[in-house]
Amino acid sequence: MTMTQTELANAAESNIDPTPIVLGPWALVWRKFRRHRLAMVSAVVVIFIYLVAIFAEFLAPFPTDQTSVRHTFAPPQPLALFVTDADGTRFRPHVKGLKMEIDREAMRRSFAVDAERIIPVGFFVKGYEYKLLGLIPANRHFFGPLDPRDPMYLWGADRLGRDMFSRIVMGTRVSMSIGLVGVAVSLVIGVAMGGLSGYYGGWVDTLIQRFIEFIRSVPTIPLWMGLAAAIPLDWPPLRTYFVVTVIVSMIGWTSLAREVRGKFLSLRGEDFITAARLDGLTDREVILKHMVPSFSSHIIASLTLAVPLMILAETSLSFLGIGLQPPLVSWGTLLKEAQNIRSIIEAPWLLIAPGSVIVVAVLALNFLGDGLRDAADPYSN
Amino acid sequence: MDDQTPMDDVILDVRDLSMHFPVRAGMFGKTHSAVRAVDNVSFQVRRGETFGIVGESGSGKTTLGRCIMRILGPTGGEIGYASEGAGMVDLAAVEDAQMRDLWREIRMIFQDPQSSLNPRLPVIELVGQVLRKAEGLKGAALADRVADLLKSVGLRPEILHRYPAAFSGGQRQRIGIARALATKPQLVIADEAVSALDVSIQAQTLNLLQDLQEEFGLTYVFIAHDLAVVEHICDRVAVMFLGEIVELADTETLFAAPRHPYTRALLSAVPVPDPRQRSDRRLRAAAPAEVTDTATACKFAARCPHARDLCRRQRPQKRTVGGAEVLCHFAGEI
Repeated sequence: MTMTQTELANAAESNIDPTPIVLGPWALVWRKFRRHRLAMVSAVVVIFIYLVAIFAEFLAPFPTDQTSVRHTFAPPQPLALFVTDADGTRFRPHVKGLKMEIDREAMRRSFAVDAERIIPVGFFVKGYEYKLLGLIPANRHFFGPLDPRDPMYLWGADRLGRDMFSRIVMGTRVSMSIGLVGVAVSLVIGVAMGGLSGYYGGWVDTLIQRFIEFIRSVPTIPLWMGLAAAIPLDWPPLRTYFVVTVIVSMIGWTSLAREVRGKFLSLRGEDFITAARLDGLTDREVILKHMVPSFSSHIIASLTLAVPLMILAETSLSFLGIGLQPPLVSWGTLLKEAQNIRSIIEAPWLLIAPGSVIVVAVLALNFLGDGLRDAADPYSN
Repeated sequence: MDDQTPMDDVILDVRDLSMHFPVRAGMFGKTHSAVRAVDNVSFQVRRGETFGIVGESGSGKTTLGRCIMRILGPTGGEIGYASEGAGMVDLAAVEDAQMRDLWREIRMIFQDPQSSLNPRLPVIELVGQVLRKAEGLKGAALADRVADLLKSVGLRPEILHRYPAAFSGGQRQRIGIARALATKPQLVIADEAVSALDVSIQAQTLNLLQDLQEEFGLTYVFIAHDLAVVEHICDRVAVMFLGEIVELADTETLFAAPRHPYTRALLSAVPVPDPRQRSDRRLRAAAPAEVTDTATACKFAARCPHARDLCRRQRPQKRTVGGAEVLCHFAGEI
């Protein structure tokens, strides 16, 4: 009110651009996602788990098939960082040795901590040979006992004296990648079927939707069992792995197809789609330029939510013994080791270690998917 | 009076246009009846005029507009259109590929600028994609053309790379208008183009539409439910009721001497700012009109204050009374 004409003009000049810059759609998604704390933490956890999967050999101190008769069902050895002796306290990571005692009456072996024996642990130690990323030959490991023949069972040993920690780290690769590969397969089938269904409508839609309902009405476990039973036992592990992913994604694609169909149906009636058609765009251009960008973030979110389902499916198949077969190591095959009551009582780490890793991975992926889903549509309120 | 209009002046010649939507029910989708959204509608639009279509919601005015745009394929009748290149074509019968070319000459302004602009694309794409497609423009040439268009609708050309969320309703509608004018069309269908805007912005937008009409020699088909807007901008007006045009006349004639009882009811429903001049509503509060009714009666009979036996027995024919085409047995008498 008190501003004079010139002041107003100056204000207008100094502020040449009064309309605020509006962020693009993806920047809005990111901004909304960042506000979801739990999802941000989960994103970090998920990235960490996938890094573990990629660099599994580097992180695992022992090969998954290295057995030790003297250490069957060895309990977890806690990692200590400092050594106190006559010379004072020094930083020296180590684990205590294990002493095996045989209880002659019960005919049972038990382990006791051998406080005298210190097994020094170092970083970037030499160990077994492997190929980093499948390409670069290497034998250095992130950490491990300085003498690779010394025992170091951070998360205990199984019935053949194999290191659980190394096996879980290696199992991460199979379990986490089966989620990704399975989701990729269901993405292709789901988007194609859902797109056909939603875009053409009519009898194509009816046919595909009834087919989806049929698939979803079949109980999953017997279906998987039936399909898995068809896998010949003498197939190489890699082929079995591939077939199992396909089986797992047999169900996964249906929900995605429905989501894509719904999006197509609702978008088809939108004014801006009609407007794009009136601009002379072909069906293909309308789909690629206007429809797909409008729901790609939704698809990413539902894919993220599908990954843990895939992981759990693989785990349950392998747990039942009809999924992946040893020597392939996955979280499911590790859980299978903990199937009998004896191992749960005598070696609970066989259940706890892979079980908690699965829970953490599945929860992290779910929270991440939730956050993405909330952030997916920046224009909704 | 349309018979006297010379044919080369007519840009749009709609004859007996019908759009019946089948009503399906049950599991196997058996058609048992049809909604006659547009029923035997005929009218002509002259080059350079603004032709208004008014009616209550559900009267079929939007469907009529969508039929002319061929967003919907009409179930009967012809839509003659005098195209620039190919002479008179029937929009109801042309191939999809030819329609794609005709969409450069006939453009549409949508009701809701919020939903007709894709929130994920910047202004240059929204306004320019039709040019990219029709004339193969890109890069700086496209930016120049879009900037010119924005200037002609009163927007600053700096907004090229903004997204629709950055604009107010009025600005968005201007973007929508720029988009409609991008290909230098002959005919623009404006479907409730100002209904979503508040009153002061409505006036601005209507003035803009009138200026642009003069500048580019446009013909408008202006679909609206607001009679004040129609009176302001239209040269001739068609009043629709349940899929039929019940009265068609020059704006002045129609507003000065409405012949059809429905038109009178509509006009009496316009709010009067002066409370002392308010009169009783003329329209009888009747049961909701039945659109699917195919009986041999005047469709308005159930709500008409003047309805007589004849109205319930026989469908009225179009008659010319005092310069207006009216669909009523007793037009001119009541």
